[in-house]
Amino acid sequence: MRDLLAALHKEALLQWRSRAQLLAVFVFGATSLLLFSFAVGPHAELLRENAAGFLWLGLLLASTLTLAETYQAEMEQRALEGLLLLPASPPALYYGKALSNWFQLTLLGSGLVPLMVVLYDANVPRPLALFAVIALGCAGLSAPGTLYAAMTHQARSRQTLLPLLLFPLVVPVLIASVKATSLLMTGDPMGQLRPWMLLLACFDALHWSLCGLLFGRVVED
Amino acid sequence: MTPDRNASAVAASGLCRRYGRRWALVDVSFDLGAGSALMIAGRNGSGKSTLLRLLATAIRPDRGSARVAGHDLREARDQVRRNVALLSHHSYHYEALSALENLQVAARFLGKDAGRPALLTLLEQVALADRADDSVHTFSAGMRKRLALARTLLQDARVVLLDEPYGELDPPGFRMIDQLLDVLRKRGVSVLMATHLLERGAAMCDHGLVLDAGRLAWSGPAAELPRAEA
Repeated sequence: MRDLLAALHKEALLQWRSRAQLLAVFVFGATSLLLFSFAVGPHAELLRENAAGFLWLGLLLASTLTLAETYQAEMEQRALEGLLLLPASPPALYYGKALSNWFQLTLLGSGLVPLMVVLYDANVPRPLALFAVIALGCAGLSAPGTLYAAMTHQARSRQTLLPLLLFPLVVPVLIASVKATSLLMTGDPMGQLRPWMLLLACFDALHWSLCGLLFGRVVED
Repeated sequence: MTPDRNASAVAASGLCRRYGRRWALVDVSFDLGAGSALMIAGRNGSGKSTLLRLLATAIRPDRGSARVAGHDLREARDQVRRNVALLSHHSYHYEALSALENLQVAARFLGKDAGRPALLTLLEQVALADRADDSVHTFSAGMRKRLALARTLLQDARVVLLDEPYGELDPPGFRMIDQLLDVLRKRGVSVLMATHLLERGAAMCDHGLVLDAGRLAWSGPAAELPRAEA
């Protein structure tokens, strides 16, 4: 627990120092949403129906920027190796970073929702439930994303390699997130929201437990 | 696994390490008593840093074994890490954080006092207290080395591994390293130091060894090392 708190403290310091980067990622996500609305054209109904998909596509694309750079600060002076030699527990380092990435993505997702409402004229009758779906979906992206970013951070082409490895793995999470978001915005007469959220929670539990176990093998020599 | 308190600080036997197809270290064996200081010399690429990184558990040996502070390098990595501090070529710092914040991060992981007064005292020892709140990315190479040294001291380890401790430092920095080595020796800390400054290193250490292309080429009293290396 001490290591986890120390890891969270470190991530909070690093996030605060690099807060401008989060703004850049938000602008990237917002631009994606804007482009989708231009691509579909002035079909209000079509935009409303596809709003959930566009939101998660924008979030997924923006997440690759966040995740690919997540180990940049750790690699500049091999700070991660320094922490491992203290010794800091690898699972604590992983969960600290994964929680930090989850927080960033959830903040980003929540920030894109008002933009989605404006651009696609989408309905958000239950904002708290939508926030829960975004939080669960971002948890499903950040857990494997943090692990794969650790695996690819030394590769020169990590910006390419990370999406190639990550996207196939998070397809179930994305499908469940899009479905749950769509049901929240367009109505849920068949009561399908709960099963989709449960599926999302199951994938999250699987990713968060497995990735924490594997992290030590990825970062140790 | 309980460590043997009377055992050598470091006992290496047949250590080998390769990077790809090239052997960086071949069959290196030596013994260092508790509280002693060992100087490691050799040309660039002779395996000095590899040896220190192996003993710090930053990398694993391909063959051979070693006990550090009484703990086996392969079987008890965490125990070794709790007893060893490495001053590496890499400073292990976060560039975006200040000197004080970097030490706070390390102190929290070590479960030590992460308060400002305690860490400022440490920074005073390396003459960085006046730059405590400045970001590391504004530091010169010598200042980074001083901060790395403060972090090494924070670990309060039984075995300290110093890789080129005089590198990038100014003459007052040289004297600071010498004084810190004296303090460590008086505390009973064992020191392994890789350096190219033969005379200076020999004056600070008891024993010496020379590596050549990853092999142990010479070992003996540190005072004789400059002549042997020549």
